[in-house]
Formats: sequence, C-alpha cells, structure tokens
Amino acid sequence: MTFLAPDRMNAGLLIRYARRRFAPNRADIIAMFMIAGAAVLVTQAARTMGQPLSGLHVAPVNLDPINLPKYAALTTLRMFAALACSLLFTFVFATLAAKSKKAELVIVPALDILQSVPVLGFLTFTVTFFMGLFPGSEAGVECAAIFAIFTAQAWNMAFSFYQSLKTLPEDLDEAARQFGLSPWQRFWKLELPFATPALVWNTMMSMSGSWFFIVASEAITVGKTQVALPGIGAWLSVANDRGDGRAVAWAVGTMAVVIILYDQLLFRPIVAWADKFRAEQTASQDPPRSWFYDVIKRMRLLPRLMQPMTVALNRLPAPHPPKIRLPEIRNPQVARGLDWLWLAVVIGLALWGGWAVVTFVSKTITVGDAVQVFGLGALTLARVLILIVIASIIWVPIGVWIGLRPIWAERIQPVAQFFAAFPANVLFPAVVGVIVALHADPNIWLSPLMILGTQWYILFNVIAGAAALPNDLKEAASIFHVRSWQWWRTVALPGIFPYYITGALTASGGSWNASIVAEVVTWRHQNIEAAGLGSYIADATAAGDYPKVALGIAVMSIFVILLNRTLWRPLYGFAARRLHL
Amino acid sequence: MSTTFAPTPEVNLVEVRNVKHVYGKGGGGGAGLLVLEDVDLTLRPNEIVGLLGRSGSGKSTLLRAISGLIRPTSGTVLVQDMPGDDTAHGVAMVFQSFALFPWLTVQQNVELGLEARGVPADERRTRSLAAIDLIGLDGFENAYPKELSGGMRQRVGLARALVVQPSILLMDEPFSALDVLTAETLRTDLLDLWVEGRMPIRSILMVTHNIEEAVLMCDRILVFSSNPGRVIAEIKVDLQQPRKRLDPAFRALVDDIYARMTARTTTVQPARDGAFPGLGLAMALPIISTNTLAGMMESLAASPHDGKAELPDLANELNLEADELLPIAETLQLMRFAEIEGRMIRLTPVGRKYAVAEVDERKQLFAQQLLAYVPLAAHIRRVLDDRTSRQAPARRFRDELEDFMSEDYAEETLDAVITWGRYAEIFAFHDDSDRFSLEDPG
Repeated sequence: MTFLAPDRMNAGLLIRYARRRFAPNRADIIAMFMIAGAAVLVTQAARTMGQPLSGLHVAPVNLDPINLPKYAALTTLRMFAALACSLLFTFVFATLAAKSKKAELVIVPALDILQSVPVLGFLTFTVTFFMGLFPGSEAGVECAAIFAIFTAQAWNMAFSFYQSLKTLPEDLDEAARQFGLSPWQRFWKLELPFATPALVWNTMMSMSGSWFFIVASEAITVGKTQVALPGIGAWLSVANDRGDGRAVAWAVGTMAVVIILYDQLLFRPIVAWADKFRAEQTASQDPPRSWFYDVIKRMRLLPRLMQPMTVALNRLPAPHPPKIRLPEIRNPQVARGLDWLWLAVVIGLALWGGWAVVTFVSKTITVGDAVQVFGLGALTLARVLILIVIASIIWVPIGVWIGLRPIWAERIQPVAQFFAAFPANVLFPAVVGVIVALHADPNIWLSPLMILGTQWYILFNVIAGAAALPNDLKEAASIFHVRSWQWWRTVALPGIFPYYITGALTASGGSWNASIVAEVVTWRHQNIEAAGLGSYIADATAAGDYPKVALGIAVMSIFVILLNRTLWRPLYGFAARRLHL
Repeated sequence: MSTTFAPTPEVNLVEVRNVKHVYGKGGGGGAGLLVLEDVDLTLRPNEIVGLLGRSGSGKSTLLRAISGLIRPTSGTVLVQDMPGDDTAHGVAMVFQSFALFPWLTVQQNVELGLEARGVPADERRTRSLAAIDLIGLDGFENAYPKELSGGMRQRVGLARALVVQPSILLMDEPFSALDVLTAETLRTDLLDLWVEGRMPIRSILMVTHNIEEAVLMCDRILVFSSNPGRVIAEIKVDLQQPRKRLDPAFRALVDDIYARMTARTTTVQPARDGAFPGLGLAMALPIISTNTLAGMMESLAASPHDGKAELPDLANELNLEADELLPIAETLQLMRFAEIEGRMIRLTPVGRKYAVAEVDERKQLFAQQLLAYVPLAAHIRRVLDDRTSRQAPARRFRDELEDFMSEDYAEETLDAVITWGRYAEIFAFHDDSDRFSLEDPG
C-alpha cells in the first residue's frame, strides 16, 4: 500500500522553483504605477469626505477642470463603496434566502419587487433619514448618496446569486457533502465560484445602472434642503444650472474616461478571470480576453512580494463555527403548522406596512388625487410602451445585421455596452435647449429622453442573440433559399427572441426610472415639463411633499409590477419554453 | 502512512438492515415513491461487491444512504459500526458524472477532501501528488478538468477518493459516462491496483447496470429488482482474475443474471402487465420511441432469429445494455407484440404481422394494440369521444395519474402515451395549449 514516491516529487518541485525568476518585469512596473496612483487619489478623496456640512456651502463645486480628477475619484469612490455594500448584502441575504425556506418566503418577493421598482423615487426618504442620522456632517449626505447608488445595484446582484445557489449542480453538491466540506469551505470552493460568472455580469450591469443615479444623487434637492457633494454629478448639475456647455462637455469626457478605465482595468480582467468558473466541462470556444489580465498574469515581482500575505492568509485558521444542529422537526404536521404560522406573521407585517402607507398618504390626499395619479401613470405607461416599440423597430434589424457579422459584432458590442453605461441624463438639458428654441411640444419631445440611455440594452442583447444563432440553422435557411420576411419569421426573430426579451425588459425598467428625471428638465433656470407620473414624483420631491412622493412611487410600483407580470414574464416563459436553442 | 488500524478481518465494514426509502411526499401517507424496500446488505473486508439493477431499482439511493448523503426513511445503516450519516471519514465516493470542480486544478480537486479535514498544506501536497502519481495522472497536476478527456477526469475522481484513505470505496456507475474503450482501460487499471493491494482501501462497493462489468469486477453481485428496489438474488463470482469475457463460465454467469433480471416478468406478476409498476391507469410507463419498438420487432422477425431470440444475444447484437433492452422488450410485451419467458423473447402473431407491414397498416395495428392494452391511452380516447368539443386539457389526466404515482412518473407516463398515441393517430396533442384533441386523427 505505498502511496508516494517522495524523492521523485521533491525533485520536480525544486526544478519548478528554480525556473522562476524574481526580477521585476515590465508588467510589474505598469501595475505598481497604477496602484500608487490609485492610492494617492483615494486618500485625497477620503480626506474631503469627512468634512462638516458647512464646508460644502462655503466651497461649492468649482467648475475648474483642474478639479475634475479629484471629483472623478470621489464619484468613483462612492460607486465602489456602494458596490462593496451591495456585495455584502448579496452574500448575506441571497445566502439566507437560498438556505432557509422561511427567509426565502420574504426575501425573494422583496427582491423581485425592489429590482423592478423605481428606486430614484426613494431618494427623498433616504436623504432625510441619513441627514437625521449624522446631523450637520457631510457623512450623512455621503451615506445618502452611497445608499442611493446601493439601491440601484444590489437587487439584481442578490437575485443572481440566489439563483446560482438554487441551481448548484447536484453532483458537485454531493461531492462537497461527501468529502465533508465545512460551510465556510463550501462557500469558497463551491458556491461562490459557481455563482461568479453570473454575479460578475450582474455587477457590471449594476455599475452601468448606477452612473445614472450618481448624477441624480450628488446634487440633492429635497424641499428646502439643497446639498451638492463634490463629484462629477454635482459638477454637472451646477454646469446645467449655469448653462455652461463647455463644463458639461468636460464632465462628459471625464466620465467616459472613468468608465473606460474601470472597464479595462477592473471588469475586463475579472470577466477574463471568471471564465474559468463556468461550470461547463468544456473549454469555451471564444474565451473573453483582457490585455490588463495578461499583464497581471505576466507579473513576476509583485506576486512574489504578495506571497507572504497569501501564505499568511492561508495559514489563518478557517472559521469552524460550532455545528448548530437545530432539532429536526420530524412530525410533518408540526412542521407544516410552523410554516403556516410564519406565513401568517409575514402577511400580517405586510398588511400593517400597507396600512401605514395608506394612513400616511390619506392625511393630505383625496381619492380624486389618487385617480389623477393613476391617469398620469397611464400617460407614462403609454410613453414607455411606444418608446420600446420604436426602439425595437430601429434596433432589432440593426442588431441582427451586426450580430450576423462577427467582425462588426466584436467591434460594436463594447460600444453598445459603453452607451448603456453612460448616464444619458447628463445630456437631457442640452436637448431641452433645442426643444425650447424650436417651441416643440414637451409632452412629445421630452419622451425620447426616457429611452435615450436604455435603448442600448435592446441593441446589445439582440447582437448577442444574432451572434449565437447556430450555424446549421443559418446554413439550412440558406440551402432552402429562405429569404426576406420568411427568413425573419422563421430564423432571425425566433432565434433572438429570448435575448430581445431580456433587453426589452431591462430597457422598460430603466425607462420608468428615467421618467422621474426625464419628464422635468431644467436648463439655464428654465423648467420644461411633460405631464406624467415621473414629473409628478419629481415635482413632489422638489416641493418636499412626502405624502405625494409616497403616492407617486406606490402607483409607479404598481404599474411596473403589473407590466412585468402581465407582459414581460409571460413572454419570458414563452421564450424559455418554446424558443430555447 | 497513517493507515487506520485494521481490527479482526471478520468484522463487517458495512451493514444495512431493513432499509426502506421513500422519495417525495412520503411519511404522511402521501403519494411518495417507494424506491427501496426491505434491503439488507453486508460488506466484508477484501471484496468488491456490485449492486446490479435497472434504473429505478434504488441502487444509487442505497449507495447514498451508505455514504451518509441521505438518510433512509427507515432501517439501519452501519458503516464500521457507526451510523451511516456519521461516517464521512470511513468512505469516499466516485461519481458517475465525475463531479469535479471545474474551477479547481487536478491537484486542487484531489486535495479537496484533505482540506476539508484540515490537513496542513505541505502534507496535502505530498499526499495528493502521490495519489495523482498512483492513478497515472502525473504531468496533469495543473490542468483544469475541462482540459481532460472523460477517462482522465474519472481518474481524477478516483485519486480524489483514494487520497483520503477511506476504508470503503463507493463507486456510483463510475464507467458508464465513458466510451467503451476508455471504460475498459480504466476497469483494468483499477483491478490491477486492487489485486496488487496498492490502494489504501479495504473493500469496494460499486453500483452498475452493466451485467458484464459486474461479472468482470465483482466478487459478489446483488441483483436488484425495480419499483421498488429489492435484492432478488445474491451471486458469488468465483472466476479467477483476470477474467475473460469469452470464457464459457463467464458467459454462463452473464446469461444466468439476465434471466434473473427478467424473472419478475414471468413469475411474480399475476397479470402480464406486471412488468411495469401499477395496474390499469396506475401503470407507470417508460418513454420508448415507436421507432425503437419497430426496429426491435424487425430485428426479431429477421433471420437468424425468425421471431424469437435470447435476450442476452439480442442485447449483444443490438449493442444495448440490459438496462436499455428490457424496457423495450417489456413494452412490446405490454402491447402483446411479443412475449417474454425467462431469457427468451418471442414475437406474437400481431408482432410478426407488424414487422412486415407497410406504414399505414403498422399504424392501424399499433392503434389497435395501444387502445386494447394500454389503459391510459384508451381512457384518453374515451374522454375525447365523449366530449362534444372533442378536446380535453392534459392537466386533467396528469392529475389523475398523480393520484397513483409521483409527479415525475406521471409526467413520463403521459409523455410516453402521447408519443405512442401521436404515432397511432388515435388523438392529437398540442404542446402550446397543453390539450388533447380528436381533430381528424384518422
């Protein structure tokens, strides 16, 4: 029963060690400069964040381009702070939902609703809350801004993690249990790796989404409270107030640079790295690449310097929490009774919450108001639907055309994703200038703004769908001379449908959110407004009229959820059932 | 090498007594699926024991009960005198699908069990490299599973199980996901290691549905019946290793096991429908394509069989495992296209007629037999005939079936009848609306 040949093995190890050299190479130098630069920016930025609130009024946002790097760093820092919170939230709540039936009952519907509800409307309440938490300090406003960004990021990330945990491959789960992995080891070896690809993708989507909110949350006006946090968002809001087109252009340029930087230096490498976590047992044909990831992999000195740290980390005793074995309820009747009890508690709490909202709102608002708000909701709904249709008519043919040409798809896909990340709301005021100059009807011409930033989701999903069309289908279609409308009906449209639905669903959700900032826009102190639910919420927020804000959000949530349930979800189910390739 | 001290060799490594297991809504008298009933098993030191049976015979479930992955509904499982769900250390498992972590390298995969036990990094490396070496994987330490062929992957699975030095190695159909040649190589290599005593294990318990594999490798074979799983025979294999497939004694043993596996069909059941669990509407049916049924009848009718054949020969000729062949044969028997007696299958006159008929006549024959002998098909047709709309939702029949069997079985049974009914054109089924209809089926 011999099990090893030690001499042979050690020789192999020695050779392997000897081959490694420790001199720094070019890759090391690039990385070190980047790390040093990032460290300087972060410390600079962090110093500003702790200042008292009065400082903000004394030194308002200064439209001197020399400040832009600092502002950009501050804004980015906020986004990553929010991202850290979102990840923490994801790990805690998604895990809880996946492991406990009772927690699942509450968390999953809550996530489902939160990810489809217009979070921008909540800004009013969170700002008030956090400013009360840290009276007189900038920290309160910072927290409010970070929280606003968090609300734009967390839900879909948590949802994706939850879904991954629920779909762990059975054999890997059995192997993990059979070899006796502790919950801690299981998380790092099985659950997190398996969830990583979906989580990374959702994190990127969340980052894109949060740019939209940063612009709205750095310059906060709630009733009489008006604060501008130093950052790109505040810069933009000041620039728009003054009608300073040059300053807007500077900010847009900076934003583009920041987005490209973190995309290239952070997300691309992570995507390239995460490819190894795909659960398929086959190598992907076209693995994602990243030049920066290649640089990291080629580094020699840095990993060597980091090694003591990794070794120390590995030496750390893994937490072995005492095994808590809850007394197992083997009596099915008792277990079912407990389930019902829990369900009753949850429903009770929900009813109580609903009642609280109704009493709060009904103090100042009549039934007539509510009916009017529903009417406004219908207006905005009509806008969203018409815009989705128009955007689909434009982008579906273009997306299919691009997707069928791999060379184009490769070039255009990142551009479309960049546009989706780009906060379209920074361009609103400029559009308003045009509308005012032409005396156009804002009820019609403000609408396209709602989809300006979200139409790209349709485009890049359609590109992905067309690119994924199986070759044999394309060949069969061409052999049988399937052309023109028949080709669209039988090949292209069914093939891209599941992808298109994903894109359209995202675009529709984004458009509802955008309506809050797109239906009322200010440019050089001119306000133009379109009638709709978005402008209703925006006006109520500016006036600090909390009951109206609450009513507006509640109605919008109802509209969004109804639209999801009656339109998108059935279409989604149809796509999954019938058109899955 | 810190091998656990071996007590007296007479002690039993595994003892399973009266084990019963119900999947699904069991316990409260619901329509759970009984997969194991009254199962006893003893694993002694120094033997390879095979659990042989068809799908649905609960053999994998039994293996999981022994490994501690599930707890049986009732009965006792003792592994080295400890309760089954308390023995993560005494057993290690090799999985049918390999169950390798795609994001870990070969070496990291092998170290998995050691890390779980808190073995220090240096010792982990030494031991895992030794196991990798033993199993013939040196040079692949840093490869990821997706870079390996199926055979190599299963070697990693073996190394991962051996490195934790289990007393008992459990293998769940370890070679069935591999191609024939690879599987044969791996079997031979494993047997070599076993015979030469180079593995730190005392006994092997393996699940298989391949009769030849069982006879090739095992010292003892437990044959399971299906629905529910029971041990119907225990066969000792005394052939000398290395065993030869063409050895007459080997062939005789394989044939004998074939007969035992089909035995239930002719002896136990009162009616001839007994091959499938349940009677009448409650009969759970397997999804067998009508092409397969037709092909089988044609093979039987053609020379040299001329209407009758021995099942093992037929399996060899058609390149089918017993597990695949028997459901086909039993479906033919159910519809009276054929009869099974012991190892022999014989076409009935209808079966002979079918084998030589043209497409339309075949369909008519099939429709006639289907309506006469598959109660669910007749039932659906009757309901459709009675309704003025000539339509009925499938949900209705699914609900009826679920009174008798689990959801999965109900779905499978209905799918089987839909496939046959569509071929026989006794009704139409619309997937979109999930409805049956009679719209001009004739």
